[in-house]
Amino acid sequence: MFRRAPDRIRDQVTFTFDEIPITASGGDTVAAALLAAGIRVCRTTPASGAPRGPYCMMGVCFECLVRIDGTGNRQGCLVPVQEGMKVETQKGSHVLSAEPAP
Amino acid sequence: MTSITGSEAAHTVKDLAEAYDVIVIGAGPAGLSAATAVSSLGARTLLVDENQTPGGQIYRSILLAQTADHQRLGKDYWKGREIAETFLRSGSQYAPATTAWSIGPANDDGGQLIGYDVGVSAEGAARLIRARQVVLATGALERPFPIPGWTLPGVMTVGAAQIALKTSGLIPEGRVVIAGTGPLLYLLATQLIEAGATVAAVLDTTPRSNWLKALRHLPTFLTSPYIVKGLRLLRTVLRRTKVVRWVSALSAEGTGELNEVVWMAGGQEHRMPADLLLLHQGVVPNVNFSNAAGSKHVWDEAQLAFRSQVDEWYETSVPGIAIAGDGAGIRGAEAADLQGKLAGLGCASRLGLIGGEDREQRASSLKVQLTKVTRGREFLDALYQPCKAFRVPQNPETIVCRCEETSAAQIRASVSAGAIGPNQMKVFLRSGMGPCQGRLCGLTVTELIADERGVSPDTVGYYRLRFPIKPLRLRELASLPQSDAAKIAVLADLADTHRSKTN
Repeated sequence: MFRRAPDRIRDQVTFTFDEIPITASGGDTVAAALLAAGIRVCRTTPASGAPRGPYCMMGVCFECLVRIDGTGNRQGCLVPVQEGMKVETQKGSHVLSAEPAP
Repeated sequence: MTSITGSEAAHTVKDLAEAYDVIVIGAGPAGLSAATAVSSLGARTLLVDENQTPGGQIYRSILLAQTADHQRLGKDYWKGREIAETFLRSGSQYAPATTAWSIGPANDDGGQLIGYDVGVSAEGAARLIRARQVVLATGALERPFPIPGWTLPGVMTVGAAQIALKTSGLIPEGRVVIAGTGPLLYLLATQLIEAGATVAAVLDTTPRSNWLKALRHLPTFLTSPYIVKGLRLLRTVLRRTKVVRWVSALSAEGTGELNEVVWMAGGQEHRMPADLLLLHQGVVPNVNFSNAAGSKHVWDEAQLAFRSQVDEWYETSVPGIAIAGDGAGIRGAEAADLQGKLAGLGCASRLGLIGGEDREQRASSLKVQLTKVTRGREFLDALYQPCKAFRVPQNPETIVCRCEETSAAQIRASVSAGAIGPNQMKVFLRSGMGPCQGRLCGLTVTELIADERGVSPDTVGYYRLRFPIKPLRLRELASLPQSDAAKIAVLADLADTHRSKTN
């Protein structure tokens, strides 16, 4: 659904989406990296379980919510992808879990 | 990194000072220029922005752009470079990747307003930062485009595709359909074509009747800089792709994902298989911050949107809070830059850094330029006013609130059940209470209720938004310092609860 302009291929960054390794380009946001890898669906809705994917790419629609390194409700279009990042589909409501104090 | 975020960039909220003279929110042209203007007059200034690098959406990633991006995105995009670079040299502090989520008045012991506490958050940590003046440069967002199937993965906005192109050099491939109305529609189509994308079709929803309405503004438009740009874009698009005009209905179909785009034109139904549908029907002020801050908003009948009421220095009805750029009404990037400068002068004057006469003198050439760059906007507003069928869903099953998945029929039914406006409707349906906080449904809900009640959108009003305007983690909220007044309020509440239990 998207390909990258050859002049915009920068240093490679590898992360996983639902445990599948994906290679992104440095400077990509998580949502852009998923689109570049051909992934359209990144969450299901709390209301009906319908699949959703990135829609606005500017932080206003909250459709690209994903779990990143165990933290839910992260806006994929605002978080830059980093080496070794663990991104997961957010299924339905974000489940609250106790987190260790910082 | 110095070249992209400047030497004054804060990496966490801990790097920020307790207080500034001015906090500017948003690093698009209005915010950048406001911060540059006011800090160069000696104000201690902080600019907070959600993105990684300056530019906002219009000049997104401008400092990372290469020659090839210049080619693809055009010289108007390139204008942002100087604005961003001037800002980085201005001495203003810059907090990128930082979300501002609240503004609350700060009073001295005598109850006198002395400024505002702005809630900011970065990397999972939050703080309240004091400012004597605040400039909101929160810009615009794309108008909701509620059609059947717009929630399907594979349907995105034109703005989203442009951001993907600017930030990551992503070019749509496969069967790409662009649909809607507005100058950005043809700009993006041109940019994508120049970038090598194959656009299967552009479905233009501009109604015929708009040409008649726009006609009286044509003479001014013909002498504006927009005409040359517009014709060039139209020529490229018409030559390189299929343009379908007078599209009167539109929907996206597919099971779980987009498969097909369906539209009505010339009284006939048409279908086209598609991998990506990009929607756009203009941009509207992003009012979440200004609304929650309590600024008075008015309904703009030409732009069919609410906007903050501002004076000639872009100060809102809330003293010390200004709003510059598209957030105060859609006027475009060049106007936003000038408005930012004027808002900066207004702040400097209120801070006592410049006198009234000095302010007028500095402003006079900016005001002349502002008139020049906004020439021809009335024509664009009239021509690209999205028609009612695409603002007020005709198909009752169409999802209006994407977060809570409520349909047009449900919103209408809430009116029969007694909801007179969006805030009563929320109680029935929760629309506007999901994570997007009404950004993607607000205008549709207002217009649907107005239509159902047979009154004007102005009468119906908009959601009453409240802080935090972006979701915060409880830990961030809990880590904030508590005022004595807040502690006493909680203790009093506990005491009440205790009393009612023992009675």
